[in-house]
Amino acid sequence: MSKTDRRLLSGNEAVARAALDAGFALGAGYPGTPSTEILESFSELGGHAEWAPNEKVALEVALGAAFAGARALVTMKHVGLNVAADPLFTATYTGVSGALVVVSADDPGMASSQNEQDNRRYALAAGVPMLEPSDSQEAYDLVFQAVEVSQRWQLPVLLRLTTRICHSKTVVRARELGLAAARPHFEHDAKARVMIPAYARPAHRRLRQKLAEIAEWNESSPLNRIEPGEKALGIVTSGISYVHAREAAGGASFLKLGMTYPLPMEKIRRFAAGVQRCLVVEEGDPYLVEAIRAAGIAVEGKHEMYRFGELDVQRVRRILAGDVSPEPTPPRGKPPELCKGCPHRAVFETLGKLDCIVAGDIGCYTLGVLPPFEAMDSCVCMGAAIGVGLGLRQVLPAEQARRVVSVIGDSTFVHGGITGLVEMIYNPPPTGHVLLILDNGTTAMTGLQEHPGTGRTLDHKATGRVVFEDLARTLGVKRVHVVDPSKDPAGFEKLMRESLACGELVVIVARRPCLLAAKKIRAYQAADTGEGDGG
Amino acid sequence: MAGKVTNIVVAGRGGQGVLKASDILAEAAFRAGRDVKKSELHGMSQRGGSVTSDVRFGPQVLSPMVPAGETDYLVVLAADQVEVNRLELRQGGVLISPADIDENLLPNRRSLNVALLGVLSRHLDIAESDWMAAIQANLPEKLHEANAGAFALGRGSAGR
Ligand SMILES: Cc1ncc(C[n+]2csc(CCOP(=O)(O)OP(=O)(O)O)c2C)c(N)n1
Ligand code: SF4
Repeated sequence: MSKTDRRLLSGNEAVARAALDAGFALGAGYPGTPSTEILESFSELGGHAEWAPNEKVALEVALGAAFAGARALVTMKHVGLNVAADPLFTATYTGVSGALVVVSADDPGMASSQNEQDNRRYALAAGVPMLEPSDSQEAYDLVFQAVEVSQRWQLPVLLRLTTRICHSKTVVRARELGLAAARPHFEHDAKARVMIPAYARPAHRRLRQKLAEIAEWNESSPLNRIEPGEKALGIVTSGISYVHAREAAGGASFLKLGMTYPLPMEKIRRFAAGVQRCLVVEEGDPYLVEAIRAAGIAVEGKHEMYRFGELDVQRVRRILAGDVSPEPTPPRGKPPELCKGCPHRAVFETLGKLDCIVAGDIGCYTLGVLPPFEAMDSCVCMGAAIGVGLGLRQVLPAEQARRVVSVIGDSTFVHGGITGLVEMIYNPPPTGHVLLILDNGTTAMTGLQEHPGTGRTLDHKATGRVVFEDLARTLGVKRVHVVDPSKDPAGFEKLMRESLACGELVVIVARRPCLLAAKKIRAYQAADTGEGDGG
Repeated sequence: MAGKVTNIVVAGRGGQGVLKASDILAEAAFRAGRDVKKSELHGMSQRGGSVTSDVRFGPQVLSPMVPAGETDYLVVLAADQVEVNRLELRQGGVLISPADIDENLLPNRRSLNVALLGVLSRHLDIAESDWMAAIQANLPEKLHEANAGAFALGRGSAGR
């Protein structure tokens, strides 16, 4: 009471702080902008946080913890939920015994992503209740709300953030009283958790029943707030769009939605009926406006041009005015480039020189597509380098097929490349194939996170390590090489020429630490062997 | 209703300390008891690309992003980033750039960001003690002295 705990926190830090205060036993995830700092802060605050090899595994680990009665958090960027979609769609059938909060951090505007998919669609498709905060305080509070909903209905809950929520710092007052951690304990309940068709059929009905109850509850829940204003204009909105709209149209009436699946449709109906013009302001897809119209409520949406990119105060003003004139393009800043001294540089210099057809992947090394290298021909999703490279090899005429190389980073290889390597051994193309794993000892792109190939945990402690060359040999690849192209460019070029010409399967691990990570890696290693002072 | 909000944009190139500067600024305003929102895009590790960060404070702040053309103070850490960001300034807004200080007097080249905050501080109603506390909270102890010096340089040399 006496001293309020007031802090300036990013949305990510607020979620981490809330997870700690709400007694979460475990946080799992895979790095991805803008979600990465949630688990890092949770760990720094003393929570049990783990990087999984990918989002699917992370969600499964969290689900297991929630089956055991614990509260579990799983974090990922929007595209991560594609990878984790398989367990998610059935976790809504099995339900949970503790609490499971799935954080999806969407990236409208693609500040650092390959697409701008709108994951609100997943809530609808999987039948998972969804909460959306408008600032860090709400991000903090909604974690507690998510626990309440998850525990009451024994369902996973989606906490949907966007880049501006994750990375903006706003004032947060933490609760004085948190929640005591649950005590994990296993109860057999095969009918609930073993999804054979006979058990899954009633489980689906159970899910729909729960969602109907939640929709009913949401009609009067405090999560959706009416802020009365002028009758001439009513705005239905949620998430970051709320603060932009509030600033752009201060005098309007507002219905601010905190739970956006299932929607409080009767509340929306009453709100719309009470204003002359009812406008839905939402970033990204027309998710709200379509659902509201499908319920027979006449509301106005935004023009298609505002589906692209983030909203801001200016754009909301334009939406309000029905302005569809072309928007001014902001002056272009300086694009990012590979650091001077980056180990990826030597690789792309050689690939360019040999005129390779490069099936690429996602990471710092994707910058190999830009000048001066211009040595990448595709980049789709994490792991796609290998499958796409193999597909090209399978159908191209031999003289082109022989130039195809799959290039993938170390973290990306663990995330989504290992099954591609299995495919390469199982269905080898007639001309063979060359897989280049760029092992810079870190997940550089997202800010230097550990992964199973580094042999260190999220908090940089030694653990089991996946050794790529051993894995490739064990799987049956005969030609496996470990090289440092920066140190010996001529040797690397020679090896590449031989590998492309040999017609067999080749795996080359190009190993040299990321320039920004090298010093840190040495410090972690020293700390592990007890030699260093850890500083 | 929200009262007057002060809009500040800090801009520069990756690796120059743009985000550190905006963290210190936001924290100083926060310690001075204002509502504060700070926003930027980050994630890419690679150096060299353009970076900007928005800080807004006042009795109540809504959007975390400064609307284009409504920036009161534009703090630019790299001379070549001035033109790219100039459009952000409102009419009568103030540009603060490396030209505002004598860089040769900096105790450490890397504290240019904090020196320009010193220049900015002349325009803002935030106590020096709040600035110092914010600097200390955001930088390791071994850098406190150099940055206090850089801040004083900027604060003293503003308006030359
Ligand atoms: C499904 C999915 N999860 C996460 C990301 C975010 N992400 C992009 S690249 C990358 C890993 C980059 O690490 P690595 O492959 O080691 O390459 P580096 O950046 O170190 O060169 C991550 C986590 C993504 N794009 N897609
Ligand atoms: S952060 Fe590391 S991997 Fe990324 S460009 Fe710089 S040196 Fe290369």
